[in-house]
Amino acid sequence: MSDIAERVKKIVVDHLGVEESKVVENASFIDDLGADSLDTVELVMAFEEEFGVEIPDDAAEKILSVKDAIDFIKANAPA
Amino acid sequence: MFDLTGKSALVTGASGGIGASIARALHAQGAAVALSGTRTAPLEALAAELGERAFVVPGNLSEAAATEQLFKDAEAALGKVDILVNNAGLTRDQIAMRMKDEDWQAVLDVNLTAAFRLSRASMRGMMKRRWGRIVNITSVVGVTGNPGQANYAASKAGLIGMSKALAAELASRNITVNCVAPGFITTAMTDALNDEQKQKLLPAIPAGRMGEPGEIAAGVVYLASEEAAYVTGQTLHVNGGMAMI
Repeated sequence: MSDIAERVKKIVVDHLGVEESKVVENASFIDDLGADSLDTVELVMAFEEEFGVEIPDDAAEKILSVKDAIDFIKANAPA
Repeated sequence: MFDLTGKSALVTGASGGIGASIARALHAQGAAVALSGTRTAPLEALAAELGERAFVVPGNLSEAAATEQLFKDAEAALGKVDILVNNAGLTRDQIAMRMKDEDWQAVLDVNLTAAFRLSRASMRGMMKRRWGRIVNITSVVGVTGNPGQANYAASKAGLIGMSKALAAELASRNITVNCVAPGFITTAMTDALNDEQKQKLLPAIPAGRMGEPGEIAAGVVYLASEEAAYVTGQTLHVNGGMAMI
């Protein structure tokens, strides 16, 4: 399961171009990592692709932090 | 210049005069084209004329599900949609006092709402590829107004405002959103004007003639090209000088 967390963090690092040390579980994409609203859409798209999971719009709106993403994927990704 | 080799374009309203001309011009620059419209026969004829890199994707833009499906069909045929040309449009002219709600709604649905839905559908792929061109065909009357066309003018003005908002949202991803605003162009839509109406119209056009569909298509080719990467949120007026805005 920690593998999911590592893969999520890697996507965030690659996409937002931020230091790995800043991508902690409680980091908010917008407030802590400097993402804009389009970045958050792109992150969701990247998560969908990486984990083969569909993230509906209402769920995507609630994915605001690294932890939110990890939790959603843990709960919904195909095993 | 304006080479579109390797790019794929969806053109709505490609059975009409301007739409067909836009599709021909994009294709001539090397793009693959998906031709959409409600009448299949002229689309098939155009696809046959163009030969390779041309696909027919019929669709009804007045309905949400059919519009979403149309985009999926275009993506399936082309592999990707780099260039979206929202050209489909209809008129239901009537002075406002006599205009029915359904005439208002039908025009807004196809001319404006469908353009939004197709734009939204196309953004995902464009954002991933960091390249996209959305060109909305509006009209001079969206800026100047015209009696009997409250619905049409509102839909075309709406396209201009929508394009500016989308342009601001998407510019950082190398996606541009622009409009081309035709004046009076020789098409089936303007053939419906009688001689008296045309005689009144021509003196208001400094160029002294109506425009040709190819003159609209040339503007679309430019805005779709790599060379126009720094142009976004703009409206290119192609109207022989009848309105200088």
